[in-house]
Amino acid sequence: MGLMPASPSSVVAYDPPSQDGWVTTRLEFLVNWGRANSLWPMPFGTACCAIEFMATAASRFDLARFGMERMSFSPRQADVLICAGRVPFKLAPVIRRIYEQMPQPKWVISMGACASTGGMFDNYAVVQGIDTIIPVDVYVPGCPPRPEALIHGIMMLQDKVKQTRSLSNQAQYDEIAIDPTSRLYIPPARIDELSEPFGNSVHQTRSAP
Amino acid sequence: MNVVLPGAALPAGTCDPVTPRGIPHRGGDVNPSADALRAEFGDAIVRHEVTWGETCVWIDAARVREIVLWLRDTPSQQYDYLVDVTAVEHRDAGLPMEMVWHVRSLPYRRFLRLKAQIDAAAELVVPSIEPVYKAANWLEREVYDMFGITFTGHSDLRRILMWESYAEGYPLRKDFPLRGRFSRAEQLSQSLTANPEAPYSMEELNVVDAFHELPADMRERLLRDRGQG
Repeated sequence: MGLMPASPSSVVAYDPPSQDGWVTTRLEFLVNWGRANSLWPMPFGTACCAIEFMATAASRFDLARFGMERMSFSPRQADVLICAGRVPFKLAPVIRRIYEQMPQPKWVISMGACASTGGMFDNYAVVQGIDTIIPVDVYVPGCPPRPEALIHGIMMLQDKVKQTRSLSNQAQYDEIAIDPTSRLYIPPARIDELSEPFGNSVHQTRSAP
Repeated sequence: MNVVLPGAALPAGTCDPVTPRGIPHRGGDVNPSADALRAEFGDAIVRHEVTWGETCVWIDAARVREIVLWLRDTPSQQYDYLVDVTAVEHRDAGLPMEMVWHVRSLPYRRFLRLKAQIDAAAELVVPSIEPVYKAANWLEREVYDMFGITFTGHSDLRRILMWESYAEGYPLRKDFPLRGRFSRAEQLSQSLTANPEAPYSMEELNVVDAFHELPADMRERLLRDRGQG
């Protein structure tokens, strides 16, 4: 889960010869169509990306076209967590708990450079990508992304939802497996690898002078 | 005495405020409070200097509380607004650390910067000015959080920006590496095991006990809305 590619058995392809039963595939199509067009977002806005997110939800770009105008400020009624902005370490347990409180199936959009990688904040206080805390489905690049970019990411997520096998697929209800002592869901070595500095920031060493 | 109380009309003949121009880098008009401080406290005042038109008075850190109390309560001073409390650590290891207090007198329209050197090699202890200015509570907590300077007499000295169980040290110190001391996985693991509600004490969470300390309008609103959710 998370950083792993989806297993072939959980992906549905609408290829007529491969359909095992006409009724179930049509029903699956209907369920996926309903899910993809009523993704209620849980906005987790912490920085300037949230301003662009608000612009996306407002009248000019109008998230209502995607059935997403209903912002769910309770994770219990949300389908997609949109993390817009940087996440400091102090917020890491908060976003983890919000994700755990959301009912399955659930999806995560990481909006902007900071949420996806830590961005320019390669320092002691900021998480280097929220995919080290929770699995992410769509990464939207930009600093901050324009509303068009976020809508593109939302449409990518809709495509993903439409391709997911929604009937008799236990994988979509699986929670992330959290290590009880470290509270991490992926191996520590991979977090260090994901958080490796890049670009100019490799010249700033970790050791004290 | 050119006292203009906040909100009062300017006396006749007073010019409108203008943006000062042509201020020298060093020197210029000294805030009269500097000389008044020297007359009152003598050897607790080390020196004073004027930089870009702002007066900075170097004081003895151990006597800061009586100095700001005098600045606040003396009718000829009336420094009623604590703007900032912060600290400076220089890159050169031999230089002492500095404590900085910014105070402003609204009636006299004066700004004063107080600085004190503290020995970086010794224990970093400075008297708290929270008994004088309530605003110093959070400001001193921030200095404690970021620099590790302890304030004696502070009512509630604990971390304010980093979480309570943060174990990597004091981030604004020069020996603190930019990315922190632990690996990213360790940092994330430690933060994920923290309780998100731990920064709040029970007194902060319990509105019922603090009800009588709330402002009157808030009390009325709470009473009116009682039982409506």
